[in-house]
Amino acid sequence: MNSREQILSDIRILKIDNSELPAIPQFEYEADIIESFKTSITTNKGEIISEEALMDLLESGEFVNVYSASESYSKHSNFGLPEDPHELKNLDLAIIEGDFGVGENGAIWLDDSKLGHRVLPFITEHLVIVVDKTTLVPNMHEAYKRIGQAHSGFGVFIAGPSKTADIEQSLVIGAHGAKSLRVLLV
Amino acid sequence: MNHPVQAAKFLEDKSNAKWHDETLWFVRDKRDLSSKSIPEWEKLRELASGIKDNVLSNLDSYLVEFEKNATKNGIKIHWAKDAEEHNQIVLSILEEKDCKAIVKSKSILTEECHLNLYLEENGVEVVDTDLGERIVQFLNQPPSHIVLPAIHLKKEHISEIFHEKLQTEKGNNDPYYLTQAARKHLREKFLAAKVAITGVNFGVAETGEFVVCTNEGNADMGVHLADTHIACMGIEKLIPKREHLGVFLRLLARSATGQSITNYNSHFRSPSEGKEIHIILLDNGRTKQLGREKFRNSLKCIRCGACMNTCPIYRRSGGYSYGSVVPGPIGSILSPGIDLKKHSTLPFASTLCGSCSDVCPVKINIHEQLYEWRQEITKAQSSINAKSIAMKIANGIFSTPFAYKISGQIMRGSLKILPESVTYSNLNTWGKERDLPELPKQSFKDWYKNKGNE
Amino acid sequence: MSINKKVGLFIPCYVDQFYPNVAISTLELLQKLGCNVSYPMNQTCCGQPMANAGYERDTVATTQHFLDTFESFDYIVCPSGSCVHHVRDHAPCIEGKETFQKDIQHKVYELTEFITDILKITDIKGTYPHRVGFHSSCHGQRGLRLASSSELNQPVFNKAKQLLAKFEGLEWVELSRKDECCGFGGTFAVTEEALSVQMGKDRLQDHISKDAEIIIGGDMSCIMHLSGIASRNKQAIKFKHIAEVLNEAII
Ligand code: SF4
Repeated sequence: MNSREQILSDIRILKIDNSELPAIPQFEYEADIIESFKTSITTNKGEIISEEALMDLLESGEFVNVYSASESYSKHSNFGLPEDPHELKNLDLAIIEGDFGVGENGAIWLDDSKLGHRVLPFITEHLVIVVDKTTLVPNMHEAYKRIGQAHSGFGVFIAGPSKTADIEQSLVIGAHGAKSLRVLLV
Repeated sequence: MNHPVQAAKFLEDKSNAKWHDETLWFVRDKRDLSSKSIPEWEKLRELASGIKDNVLSNLDSYLVEFEKNATKNGIKIHWAKDAEEHNQIVLSILEEKDCKAIVKSKSILTEECHLNLYLEENGVEVVDTDLGERIVQFLNQPPSHIVLPAIHLKKEHISEIFHEKLQTEKGNNDPYYLTQAARKHLREKFLAAKVAITGVNFGVAETGEFVVCTNEGNADMGVHLADTHIACMGIEKLIPKREHLGVFLRLLARSATGQSITNYNSHFRSPSEGKEIHIILLDNGRTKQLGREKFRNSLKCIRCGACMNTCPIYRRSGGYSYGSVVPGPIGSILSPGIDLKKHSTLPFASTLCGSCSDVCPVKINIHEQLYEWRQEITKAQSSINAKSIAMKIANGIFSTPFAYKISGQIMRGSLKILPESVTYSNLNTWGKERDLPELPKQSFKDWYKNKGNE
Repeated sequence: MSINKKVGLFIPCYVDQFYPNVAISTLELLQKLGCNVSYPMNQTCCGQPMANAGYERDTVATTQHFLDTFESFDYIVCPSGSCVHHVRDHAPCIEGKETFQKDIQHKVYELTEFITDILKITDIKGTYPHRVGFHSSCHGQRGLRLASSSELNQPVFNKAKQLLAKFEGLEWVELSRKDECCGFGGTFAVTEEALSVQMGKDRLQDHISKDAEIIIGGDMSCIMHLSGIASRNKQAIKFKHIAEVLNEAII
């Protein structure tokens, strides 16, 4: 018997009585979704940014290599999407459009269709995600309803910048991934 | 491994022990705050527990469903009955790719399999990329906590290691500075690695996808730059449907650190073009534990670490005192199933206070299982050892009122006549740092009788 | 509860031997509250120390004896959450007598829950001009749910503290860690001596740093451990069992 058969038969032989799968009820929510989304992003050490502030930032020259996956900011994009994702290592700023956001925790859903390269939102030094206010959902249950059965090879909820507290529990922003997350609500 | 001995050693450094206790209590506090901001928290725990019960009662069919869907998505599934086979599978993939250096994000499962050692012995360089894990790897230590691997170390110590390994400034203990040094060092590793290994937080049977959660983003940096992604997954990590992720992701980070969600929650469903994803499904004692009815639901664990942070023993004895891959309360109910003899002191390293069971997001009755393991361990130990005989005598005494009365009188009598030096000698463990209660003139039973009751 | 119901007083062995005043207070308190209480002289130990040490199977005779001793009572009341928890939830099943055992198990109550849940007394009047810390013993709190636990998202309650709520002059201290274990844990106190003592010291410090004069608890085992440490370290804090406090208040 190979290991697959062995494992499956070791389980089957136990004949465990079926325990019913519980249904997930509809949970109430009261909070203003936009407000709680904003608070969540801030708590996660991200920043909510206005359109003007973003423009100022883009024009400040602070970011040398900028790539925008969002049409709206393509004129600020000066970095073509390379064939080899490793070349993204010199990217200073990526601008991506999020699919939707989650009020209770600030998580923003991105998938293959938005990314170009999967590594993009992680390898860039700084990250801006544009989220349409009307797409916000209150909690993770609604989030998965929204994703539904959509098929994407890769999808990620990003809720803040890369961070760690592995040294004496002191919070440090910018571990391996993006050192900052700015969210523009439109 | 003997927990009491290790715990006493840990407590010798009083200020360090106090720091460890307070730091983890602070994490538990954050978890409390976060969980209390969700009105349906207890309902979510119930749901999570119920979903996992369903998984464990149909594990074979979910595994087959998961395999079918993942394969359809272009993922290669492997099955490993034990650690050895698991490690061999990893190595064979590496050999096929002619890969001599890998990056690996946090995975308790690979610790369980001692994968690093195995790969290193076979000439492969393994770089743990979670900052805490990289730190303990530099020291050749295992993680001391499943979520906070380097929680037993102070920044001065970390600064010293970094100075030696990464040439950081001597004496610069600033966590930001040290983290940036690690970032630079690990970037090079990420950019160079052809194969990346990750653990798995959840596997979804319905879609064949799996989810990996991190705050640092190290798992994603590794796998998206590498050509091959190997995901090592215990067979119990499955959940039936995508919608169930909503329940578990709401619970996981809040229980672990008090965050509402980890900053990166990646869903892998199929490899991007030209790349490969492999999943290794590991048993390694899990089907055995599944067969132990009393201990079955220990397999519901989602490795949040909350039971460690809340445990008054863990906080005061440190992860290493347990001598097991998974320390703390959950470790103490998993480890005896793997090696009863080696881990026989662990179920006794508890007051059965029950805090772990109340904190656990999937409602594992941890403290009740500790109690049950105690029963198993004493059975397995030779029935003629001293403690067992004492218990038999005690049972004889307590089942006969007369004998109980006599022994009580002797006990109180002897405490009265023995000199303090004997009562509080080193032989008397109770009395080492505690006084005994003042002895009453008569027992309640005597008082009651003297009042004319019989 | 009808006055005719018979209440059997179940006194843990160490309370019988070391803390007769707690047993006397429990007896008098129940009598003052109108119960028909008696103490079956044949009782011994419930078997908990052995079971928690991993020898539950060796307590069959002890358990059998417990059931025989208390068979004739309508209620069995005990001033220890820990012993009640054992009898109710851990005592080994006596083969052939499962229903008989279940019936008796359902009649066993910890003192404060008996007063609040069966006698339906929500509070008792009294005067107690002291700063007091409450020690929640884990087996009562999380085992019997005599109080809410800080880990759970549930309304806060505490059956013992509730009984003292109307006491004049009583001032509760707010602990930093509301319900952390004191480290007694039965054989744990000896097998893991270093940890046990450290936990006890930490628990005491929480009360002392909040200026508590007295610690009230519902389980003398924890109190024996805490007071033993306090006495060794010449800490002046005093200890009382809730039965003593309630009994002194009712004239
Ligand atoms: S046993 Fe429960 S609390 Fe402990 S790590 Fe597992 S899921 Fe978390």
